[in-house]
Amino acid sequence: MSVKTLTPPAVQLAAKADTRGPARPMPKPGMVTFRINGESKTLSIAPWTTLLDALREYANLTGTKKGCDHGQCGACTVLVNGTRINSCLTLAVMHDDHEITTIEGLANEGGLHPLQTAFINHDAFQCGYCTPGQICSAVGLMNEGQAKTEADVRELMSGNICRCGAYPHIVDAVMEAIKK
Amino acid sequence: MNPFTYARPDSVDKALGELRTNPTAKFIGGGTNLIDLMKENIEHPTRLVDVNRLPLGGISELPDGRLRLGATVTNAETAYNELVKTRYPLLSQTILAGASPQLRNMATNGGNLFQRTRCYYFYDTSMPCNKRQPGSGCAAIGGYNRIHAILGTTSGNADATSPTACIATYPSDMAVALAALEAVVQVTGPNGERSINFADFHRLPGNEPQRDNTLEANEIVKSIDLPAKGFTENHTYLKLRDRSSYAFALVSVAVGLEMAGNTITDARIALGGVAHKPWRKPEAEQLLVGKAATPENFQLAADNLLAGAIGYGHNTFKIDLAKRAIVRALGEATN
Ligand SMILES: Cc1cc2nc3c(=O)[nH]c(=O)nc-3n(C[C@H](O)[C@H](O)[C@H](O)COP(=O)(O)OP(=O)(O)OC[C@H]3O[C@@H](n4cnc5c(N)ncnc54)[C@H](O)[C@@H]3O)c2cc1C
Ligand code: SF4
Ligand code: FES
Ligand code: FES
Repeated sequence: MSVKTLTPPAVQLAAKADTRGPARPMPKPGMVTFRINGESKTLSIAPWTTLLDALREYANLTGTKKGCDHGQCGACTVLVNGTRINSCLTLAVMHDDHEITTIEGLANEGGLHPLQTAFINHDAFQCGYCTPGQICSAVGLMNEGQAKTEADVRELMSGNICRCGAYPHIVDAVMEAIKK
Repeated sequence: MNPFTYARPDSVDKALGELRTNPTAKFIGGGTNLIDLMKENIEHPTRLVDVNRLPLGGISELPDGRLRLGATVTNAETAYNELVKTRYPLLSQTILAGASPQLRNMATNGGNLFQRTRCYYFYDTSMPCNKRQPGSGCAAIGGYNRIHAILGTTSGNADATSPTACIATYPSDMAVALAALEAVVQVTGPNGERSINFADFHRLPGNEPQRDNTLEANEIVKSIDLPAKGFTENHTYLKLRDRSSYAFALVSVAVGLEMAGNTITDARIALGGVAHKPWRKPEAEQLLVGKAATPENFQLAADNLLAGAIGYGHNTFKIDLAKRAIVRALGEATN
């Protein structure tokens, strides 16, 4: 296969303008209260803290992973009031009063969540970095109740990238949990 | 991200007041585009005004048969809503072809309309870009422009150093179906309420590529209203992209038809991924009215729609791709 060279842009680099405007006083952090994994937590955080950073850096719940920080990988997936979202593209302050569930909150005294068990049974990971996001996403998928077939699972789990390529086993694990 | 303050008003008046008193304040819906752009140092609002607790939710039928989609309803709720699924399956299918389940759970109908281009140079603050920094030039012309526009870029726009050139595409899937359905955007602002026909909502770059749409400063989108006609029998959304899920469209086609037997009695064709706004051409649609649903007639409409398309090198393949996509989508919709 011949490799096509890309033409560089015909224009000169623009002088890097600082478009941020004049320096402004730093706004103060505010208090945010939400329930994380069933426990009420009040955190003092700045408005620009994402939910992901709030969980990892302020609530010390590092199970939720940061992959891309731009909504492109799904590693940061958590459940907000039972709905799966990317915690990297939302602000913690927007979730005042919301119920957040992370990977740490899925198991209970009765044991692992059925999806955690299914992931172990099917060896649905290799390095494990994407796994908390995959499992939270799969819990969200089951709450949504739209996925019936393997093709549905593939499509509706496409927001979670696995760099190790464990996809076939992930699909098996999710299918097992759906069928139960 | 730059520091900013945050407000969560509970009335539209308060929300509009926030913007009126602070010209660098911005609304935030799901945050899936705005927060990304703030992390990339493209947007720097000093105050974010959260619209999620405004009374702009809900999906409701209006007495005259229209369906009203609230601005703060999520894309996922809209796509899975029973009324949308049965009355506007084209819209449901189109929304589900975009982004990922997690993103659709966050993204709002209002925010979706305002998502900005995915042009690589728009995101790269070291490159010229008339949309990001008016007057600096367009790095995509003569640059790597595989995802860029082939329609609606006037010939004066062929010069990379022109202070107004822009060949960006508008990336929303949902908007392509809304164009085909002839939705109406309800907005309110300092001058009161107004309705904007979908064809007039997004704009071509013209002399102001920094402006994506015709919303005025300090206005807010309240709802997107769908006319009664839903093309429930004959419709399709065909999205062509580099991978089969979780990728933006290179070219997409939304088709809605009404048929009497094998004869087409009404036709709507909207294209995504080819222009600065969802692309429609009534003349091409008229070519199909009163005609039999045959590949030859589909081809005539496709050729007419793409007449005048301009390739910029890496994206020239889109001209043929779009024509084939139209023919295939019309075939699928008439089957
Ligand atoms: C990885 C990734 C992949 C994606 N893939 C696709 C895809 O394949 N297809 C697709 O169509 N989209 C895709 N998207 C884009 C996604 O659909 C948009 O980001 C989303 O729809 C934006 O909605 P939001 O509510 O999150 O907007 P926000 O980010 O909250 O806001 C966007 C803009 O809208 C303004 N705004 C919000 N609400 C209102 C209102 N009511 N009135 C006036 N202004 C308002 C805000 O001020 C802001 O400027 C993708 C996004 C990501 C991150
Ligand atoms: S195509 Fe538009 S958005 Fe992209 S670099 Fe050119 S001016 Fe900027
Ligand atoms: S870290 Fe949030 S999607 Fe990648
Ligand atoms: S198991 Fe390694 S990224 Fe998925």
